[in-house]
Amino acid sequence: MRAADLIGKQPDATPSYPAMLAPGLIDPEYETPAGIVGPNGKSAVKRYNVYRNNVTVSLIDAMAAAFPATQRITGVEFFRAMARFYVRAIPPRSPLLFEYGHEFPDFIERYEYARPMPYLADTARVERAWLDAYHAADELPLATQSLARIPPEFLADVVFVAHPATRIVRSQYRALSIFVANRGGGPVERIEASVPEDTLVTRPDQEVTVRRLPPGGAEFLTQLLMGQPLGDAAARALETSPDFDLARNITGMIEAGVFASLRAGGRP
Amino acid sequence: MNAVTPIGNLTPHLRLRFPAFSASALAGTSFKHEHLQVIVDQGKHEGFFEVHAENYMGAGGPPHRALEQIRTDHPISIHGVCMSIGGQEPLDAVHLERFRALVARYEPVLVSEHLAWSTHESTYFNDLLPLPYTKATLVRVADHIDHVQETLRRPILLENPSTYVAFSGSTMSETDFLGALVRRSGCGLLLDVNNVFVSATNQGFSAVDYLAEFPLSHVGEIHLAGHAEQTDDEGGLLLIDSHDRKVADLVWALFEGVVARCGPVPTLVEWDSSIPEWPVLRAEAEAAQAILDRHASDNCRSADAGR
Repeated sequence: MRAADLIGKQPDATPSYPAMLAPGLIDPEYETPAGIVGPNGKSAVKRYNVYRNNVTVSLIDAMAAAFPATQRITGVEFFRAMARFYVRAIPPRSPLLFEYGHEFPDFIERYEYARPMPYLADTARVERAWLDAYHAADELPLATQSLARIPPEFLADVVFVAHPATRIVRSQYRALSIFVANRGGGPVERIEASVPEDTLVTRPDQEVTVRRLPPGGAEFLTQLLMGQPLGDAAARALETSPDFDLARNITGMIEAGVFASLRAGGRP
Repeated sequence: MNAVTPIGNLTPHLRLRFPAFSASALAGTSFKHEHLQVIVDQGKHEGFFEVHAENYMGAGGPPHRALEQIRTDHPISIHGVCMSIGGQEPLDAVHLERFRALVARYEPVLVSEHLAWSTHESTYFNDLLPLPYTKATLVRVADHIDHVQETLRRPILLENPSTYVAFSGSTMSETDFLGALVRRSGCGLLLDVNNVFVSATNQGFSAVDYLAEFPLSHVGEIHLAGHAEQTDDEGGLLLIDSHDRKVADLVWALFEGVVARCGPVPTLVEWDSSIPEWPVLRAEAEAAQAILDRHASDNCRSADAGR
């Protein structure tokens, strides 16, 4: 009990029951806390374990619901063991469980047993981005004709505002192809994983969509999402990918609903 | 073109206005997204739906579309699962504001939370954890309920928990504790009859005695659900509040006893895992409705007066 709690208050008959019960809920090394009992002198060990089990299993279930393709790749047993380590290492800090698991892809990268699957972390990143997009704020995407209304001499200065659902996941592996193949229940053919693939996740209306970005596309969109003007973003994309196709990328990003609005007339 | 010119469609998402409904004397079910299509296809029915508040605290997207569709034709109840009202720390102001906004947006007929805690030192445990029943916890829980009710500007219903352990430091019974909370905070109660049965079995008391002591005139909603069976350290029966199957016969019997005493109260059948096809869940609600209808002329006032 902190000193402040003692000032001007009745001393608590059972000080800090959450502090007593909490540690063992996540860490199996802790013994059954003192102060809790079963009826008629019965032991509280299995009774307390009901809470331990509820906490860990429900959080593992939440991870399985958020990362179904990752679980399909690893198999249920592997996934649940990995998620159990994750839940114990990084328990949720928000009661909104659909926001849980943002550190899971980084955790997978460090998880020893997942090393034979170097594409797994990026696949999980696509799944996490998918869930972010699913719950993102409702906003209409930029209308197709909006850019056509800008006089050509001002195009290079146009600045875009991101749609709340937009996410980009860059990977040295075919993370998107692996995600798509494993997200459903159908048969999965062999995928040559070691080909870089950049994923664009959007939700122009209610349905989350994923698509592969063309060469230079990720660089281009990342610049635009950071608020760089169209001309600068295109120049940067061309520097990194000589076969960057500006017209194709602009059409693609408008169709996908990457942006909510645009500002013509200079930097914000 | 020096001025910043906003171009593009900036129309915000249209917020729907919902009709006013009553859920009095109605039975309802948990709302699960896998049932949305069949519920919509079958059209309006007499009954209400309950949702866990946290599932609709995302900024937007399909969950809100689903809830809007359901709310257009039916009364809904918003059931908070993780306010941690029974905790020792002050309530999470951000979470409380999200809760307020959700209630303001969907105008539910019922709003409820749990006598339990789920967050400690910023770790969220995703379970309804128990607290000792003492003067000190009573004062704090009542303060937390006041805080919620002042924020929402309406009373809430507080649910009795399923428990697996007791605290050697408790100095009050659960029913006395709940009664005192009602007097101090003006909140109502959500009587979960399955929780009473589960706790009674696990803690070795009589469910009938517990219900006899329960402040029934303050019950604004009843919950029913299925439970699973395990064993304790001594090999005795230990019940788990699993919400994954039909309501047990003995729980139905306790429910009928409660309704006979206090008359029909909005009653919800909860089913949160191993979700069945819609007709199975709906049939459970219809069974509850039949019991409510049988006691349509009873009411709490006369039941209390006769005690």
